[in-house]
Amino acid sequence: MTDHCTPSAAGVQPLADPKPNTRPLAALWYQPVSLGLVALAASGALAFAYDAAAPAIAAAEARDVAASLAQVLPADFADNDLLADSVTIGGDGEPLKVYRARHGGRVVGVIYQVTGKGYAGPIQIVMGVDRDGRVLGVRVTRHTETPGLGDKIEAHRGPWVHRFAGKSLGDPTPARWAVKKDGGDFDQFAGATITPRAVVGAVKGGLERFAAQRAEMLGDDGAPARADSSRSAPGSPTDGAVIIATRTEKPE
Amino acid sequence: MNDTTTAAPPTAASATAASATAAASRWRGLMADGLWNQNIVFTQMLALCPTLAVTSSATNGLGMGLATTSVLVVSNMLVASIRNWVSPSVRIPTFIVLIAALVTLVDMSLNAWLHDLHKVLGLFIALIVVNCAILGRAEAFASRKPVLASAVDALGMGGGFTLALVVLGGVREVLGSGTLFASASLLLGDGFRFLELTVIPQYKGFLMMILPPGGFLALGFMMALRRVAETRLARQRAAAALSGAVGA
Repeated sequence: MTDHCTPSAAGVQPLADPKPNTRPLAALWYQPVSLGLVALAASGALAFAYDAAAPAIAAAEARDVAASLAQVLPADFADNDLLADSVTIGGDGEPLKVYRARHGGRVVGVIYQVTGKGYAGPIQIVMGVDRDGRVLGVRVTRHTETPGLGDKIEAHRGPWVHRFAGKSLGDPTPARWAVKKDGGDFDQFAGATITPRAVVGAVKGGLERFAAQRAEMLGDDGAPARADSSRSAPGSPTDGAVIIATRTEKPE
Repeated sequence: MNDTTTAAPPTAASATAASATAAASRWRGLMADGLWNQNIVFTQMLALCPTLAVTSSATNGLGMGLATTSVLVVSNMLVASIRNWVSPSVRIPTFIVLIAALVTLVDMSLNAWLHDLHKVLGLFIALIVVNCAILGRAEAFASRKPVLASAVDALGMGGGFTLALVVLGGVREVLGSGTLFASASLLLGDGFRFLELTVIPQYKGFLMMILPPGGFLALGFMMALRRVAETRLARQRAAAALSGAVGA
């Protein structure tokens, strides 16, 4: 853009003229040079903006992760900083980053991400599981499903995703871990079966992984939680019973 | 461009000084062009891909329209300000580079500093790059006109695009799911919760209207309606002109 001589000739053209004097601009050397300068300026601006925005984007995404981690746990379930307490486990599947929810130092649940194969691309799901392998909560964090059809898997667009809370591999039975169309327990949406099917399958897969690598995920002896099963009854996070029951575990 | 003065509202035109009137009426003409006469969707039939893709609800249409309008204003002004330095032979790649860089900049800045808005609009912003209407305006208008006029043109065209998307999305949403502006508060903030209407309670839904075929159907019917309205307006105008001639 800082190019000399040629532009000034065109610069004095009357503004209303639909075709500015093209003779100097048509010079063969000018075309690649001008395009190159524009590309250089554009990439320079992009590089500068990326540098300026990258830390803010990383921070915003970390906040998102923290928020989605907190969402899949009942209120007051954990008293530790989840983002700082994670471990990556290997095993037969892909490496998996597991966040540990502790209460009074003891691991009371784990949170990890699973991915379902949706209609229009991968569906990223965060799920929380308690020591007994019961789902504490499920949230879809990223997807590209059809707006208005498949996006009812988002928690703020419908109650569907809350149906997972309290479910485990024994309840419902493995065969019924499917959408109703496939003979299972979970509703599909009108016009969108692939999306909920993918989410149900992914959550089931996550529970199976927990069952297979439970000790590794929990990082301790893997002793079952006390028989007090009311503790992890999730449902609404504001449920008073949940909070009180959680606190009773402290002395352990 | 010359036939637009007839469509501009005739009010207030005589009230202001001559030079200001000329500029104002030119700009009003540009706005009328964008909103109705040369509407991107209904007349130029550009940008149909993002139009059909996102208009499954009025809220989505509004989001896409607003995002496109803001990019269009900046890109038009940018193109207009360098129009005399761009060699005609390489103008298209030049404009494409500018528009793509601009959209990426908007995407990154929104993601960094208006993260919540980005979560709602993120889907639309990526689609703007493939919106041929942006390149169309750069090519047809901004590359030949001054900066200010290009900005006005962008506002008009963007406004017309937004209007078309909201109307199309609204029609499809009401017919398809029985609601209007559902989850508008996610896009505009909690203050706009009053927009969210359930037009037909206990509606089972007419799924096809939300799916792509419904988009084509609704768009076709709306284009036909627009043509009918146009024809009727033209006939009225002709009749008025005729009676005026007879009176004289």
